[in-house]
Amino acid sequence: MRRLTPYLLALPSWMWLAIFLVVPMVAMASVSLQTGNAIDGFAMTFSFSNYSDALGRYSTQLVRSLFYGGMATVAMLVIGYPVAYWIAFKGGRRKSMYLFLILLPFFVSFVLRTISWNFLLADNGILFGTLKGWGLLPDDFHVLATTVAVVGGLTYNFLPFMILPIYVSLERVDPRVVEAAQDLYATRVGAFRRVVLPLSLPGVFAGVLMTFVPATADPINAAILGGTANTMIGNIIQTEYLTNLNYPTASALSFTLMAVLLVGIFIYARALGTENVLEAAAR
Amino acid sequence: MSARTRLGDKLLHAYTWLVIVWLSSPIAVMILFGFNDKKSKSNTTWQGFTLRWYTELFDISDLTVALRNSLVIAAVSTIITVVIGTMLGLALGRHRFRGKGVTNFLVFAAISTPELVMGASLLSLFVSGNVPRDANTIIISHVLFSLSFVVVTVRARVVTLDPSLEEAARDLGATAWGTFRQVTLPSIMPGVLAGAMLSFALSIDDYVVTSFVNGSTVTFPLWIVGAVKTGIPPQVNVMGTLIFGIGVLIAIGNAVAARRRT
Repeated sequence: MRRLTPYLLALPSWMWLAIFLVVPMVAMASVSLQTGNAIDGFAMTFSFSNYSDALGRYSTQLVRSLFYGGMATVAMLVIGYPVAYWIAFKGGRRKSMYLFLILLPFFVSFVLRTISWNFLLADNGILFGTLKGWGLLPDDFHVLATTVAVVGGLTYNFLPFMILPIYVSLERVDPRVVEAAQDLYATRVGAFRRVVLPLSLPGVFAGVLMTFVPATADPINAAILGGTANTMIGNIIQTEYLTNLNYPTASALSFTLMAVLLVGIFIYARALGTENVLEAAAR
Repeated sequence: MSARTRLGDKLLHAYTWLVIVWLSSPIAVMILFGFNDKKSKSNTTWQGFTLRWYTELFDISDLTVALRNSLVIAAVSTIITVVIGTMLGLALGRHRFRGKGVTNFLVFAAISTPELVMGASLLSLFVSGNVPRDANTIIISHVLFSLSFVVVTVRARVVTLDPSLEEAARDLGATAWGTFRQVTLPSIMPGVLAGAMLSFALSIDDYVVTSFVNGSTVTFPLWIVGAVKTGIPPQVNVMGTLIFGIGVLIAIGNAVAARRRT
């Protein structure tokens, strides 16, 4: 009986993960190779043409998503690293308060936060309307429905996921190591570049992983802030699935997106010299 | 310390506050416009203070239904997730068994799969199996994406436990169940609670996965996205403000309680 305990404990979760995570992936793989339509039904024809069709039609949106996701990730890294650095080394007794303030947006729903940006950035809203009223901005100035709005929204929404892991890795750096470097005549910049930065790379790695994937696949920012000219792959997959009921194309697109993201993660892991992605992500 | 160092620190300090202000500004806007006495259809310019939307909070019946759906779905999926996730967290943190590596991989895969792909694949499953989409399929999906978070938080707590405590309980004649209830569960409780709060928050906030598996059931985030084109009524701001307030109070209460325990 005692030897069975772990299996009994794991059984319900195993079943859940098998039926609702593994089987659906297989179902999606199968659907992506079928042809037909929602009314007459779909039949398995092993037609890889779904993939070439989908890519042919939507490569623009796929490339745009990777570009937007990448730009947002770089922006988050540049904006977030100094914040994580300051809280970790200079936060003192108030560290938890600063972290709490960084996490504050998570108490508001993702959708509502994005809509609030829509409010704030509205062409004649509280920000630009006021500035236009003072004559500080031209009347046709607008940010909504531009690349800046979407990338800015993505940067805003996922920033805490970048700051937290970097903070965790910086927090573990012993300040005495930095002092030692300075005692050995390293400049402040030198000590940072040669000591602090390398020690924080696992955090940077985890942060990029936690932000790039969801930012690239996010449909909400493009839908609420992007207007019609900034459609991302997430919006296309949603429309193909839910409006056009074109399940084969949508499945092929989802798989392509996941494959591209996985390949990206592995190349990135190699480049950073992280041997085991799983291990780095678990840390 | 040189004067330059101190100046650098001050600049970084100010910069950190600037980022915090940036992160909080949409929250401030949300709260503020819940008090906006708007007369026109759009709620984007300030037109005076009112408490009207607080008294008329439940006047939009389908919005109220959506909020209630979200709360019920979050409660039910949290209960399921916490029970099965705690079990798996215990198994992974305490026991050696066959398939542990695969289990760890699945837990990681469930966290790292993009929500969009998860929603799409679940819809593929439900379509292939002719499963009607309703609140049940939403609950199934929410349990799936919350499960790993509960497993991870509980496992982190379990590995810090001293196994000799449980041995002592058994030596003193406690049954397996008694040991679990009186020794193991209380000591992993902070992990379980953290996991529960996380899965409730993830569930009530989810738009992407839900949009694939909802059928005709509408949740709070889905209703809001649906209303973007016609204009968000101030009641949404009020509900968001109340959820924000309750969440912050729980988090602060939790932190205070944790400080008192140590």
